[in-house]
Amino acid sequence: MAGRGDEEAQEAHEASGRRARGALESDVLAALWAADGPQTAREVRERLPGDLAYTTVLTILSRLHDKGMLVRHREGRGYAYEPARDEASHTAQRMHSLLEGGSDREAVLARFVSELSAQDEHLLHQLLSGHGDAPSEVKRSDRKR
Amino acid sequence: MLVSVYIPFLVTATLAVLAPPAARRLPPRPAAWALACAALVTAAGWAGSLALLAFTGLAQIPQIAAEGRWSVAALRSEDPVYFVVAAGSTLALAAGLVALGVAAVRQGRHLVRAWRECAELPGRTELAVLDDDAPLAFALPGAPGRIVVSRGMLRCLGADEREALLAHERAHLRGRHHVFQSVWRLTAALNPLLRPVAVAGNFVLERWADEEAAERVGDRTVVAHAVGRAALASAGAPRSAALAVTGGAVPQRVRALLAPPPARRSLPLLAGGLLLVVCCASLANAASDSDRMLDSAQWALCTTRTGTAAPAPTGQDQGQGQDQGRDHGPDGCRGGHDRPELRRAALLTGRSPGP
Repeated sequence: MAGRGDEEAQEAHEASGRRARGALESDVLAALWAADGPQTAREVRERLPGDLAYTTVLTILSRLHDKGMLVRHREGRGYAYEPARDEASHTAQRMHSLLEGGSDREAVLARFVSELSAQDEHLLHQLLSGHGDAPSEVKRSDRKR
Repeated sequence: MLVSVYIPFLVTATLAVLAPPAARRLPPRPAAWALACAALVTAAGWAGSLALLAFTGLAQIPQIAAEGRWSVAALRSEDPVYFVVAAGSTLALAAGLVALGVAAVRQGRHLVRAWRECAELPGRTELAVLDDDAPLAFALPGAPGRIVVSRGMLRCLGADEREALLAHERAHLRGRHHVFQSVWRLTAALNPLLRPVAVAGNFVLERWADEEAAERVGDRTVVAHAVGRAALASAGAPRSAALAVTGGAVPQRVRALLAPPPARRSLPLLAGGLLLVVCCASLANAASDSDRMLDSAQWALCTTRTGTAAPAPTGQDQGQGQDQGRDHGPDGCRGGHDRPELRRAALLTGRSPGP
């Protein structure tokens, strides 16, 4: 029990300071995929949550490049990075077949969000626009009736 | 036997009704564990009770009684289980076991496929991005598990929200949530009454991952916005109806994240635990009753065959502690018949066969 606590404390420490390597790679990869064009290390750093050291970002970028996840070209004195897309579109096809194959793929895939009804969508807009509490209460009592 | 064999059914029904709403209000991690324990124990209790009822019914069929060397008349005079109940239990048990087998094969196949996909996804990174505009994100269990997110999903989120999304999926993988899901699926296949538990369980897993992501990111609102924005983006995107799952879950998750973290409460967990103990105890009691009943039915057959006037044990008074007394039966009966039955009785109760 104590060991588990220590582990968690350790992970929490990593989260706040030096995040785990795999998680950092994911963050950088996600940031580059979300961007519109090639990004320099400095630009990537701005797109990352938290406050990472520039050299850390550089290290991760070159590691991802070594793994074939990124392509890069010279820009000024450094490189601009872009996700390698050919593999990813191939993967997309495979994943779609995975999602569409079999009636209960839910068994395996924990999806981030499930489908919304029209009512849910309305409710969600209210919740996210900041004055969620009061309208949601109204909504809930409406539904009960 | 009369009452105790039915108590596991009662406990299952009670938990199937009360546990899902309670679990939604508890902190998600203990709630998920509680639901998994409840599903496992009640499924075992359910199957055990059905098996006992089915067995007492089958034992009254003359051919089976002849095989087991016990007296049908004695059994019938004692046994309060109607034949209809026994037949129904047999059918329910058979149907449940078939459904469990089918579900287990299917679940195993899915896990194997996910495992294989994990290995075949390109790159040696935790995150695999799909070059696809439709917003999509899920965790794929494997060794190691992978997080799969589409470009469309990444583009609709801000930097902090992307981190929240990744932390959420990471929590699914780290917590081995697919094991919980498997437990609920399989138990619900065995006993359809447990389906609400499975539905609530899946919701609780999402909440668990949300809470862990909120801890990681350090801001509950960021996670709430990530979930909400991803859901709205998904709702706007054209996609197959096959992706539809439980409606209404996302607003509940967002509302829970916008509220303070749920308070720790032990009373519902204690109450649930107590119910599970009652379920186990009554099943054990019913099993020993059934064992005693068969023993005395065997005795009845022995005494009629050997024609001795030895006082036959009256079934009702024959407690568990009086096994010794029964061993001094007429020698002809003892040597000729008793061994297989004792072994069978021992199987039922876990007692070792007599000398």
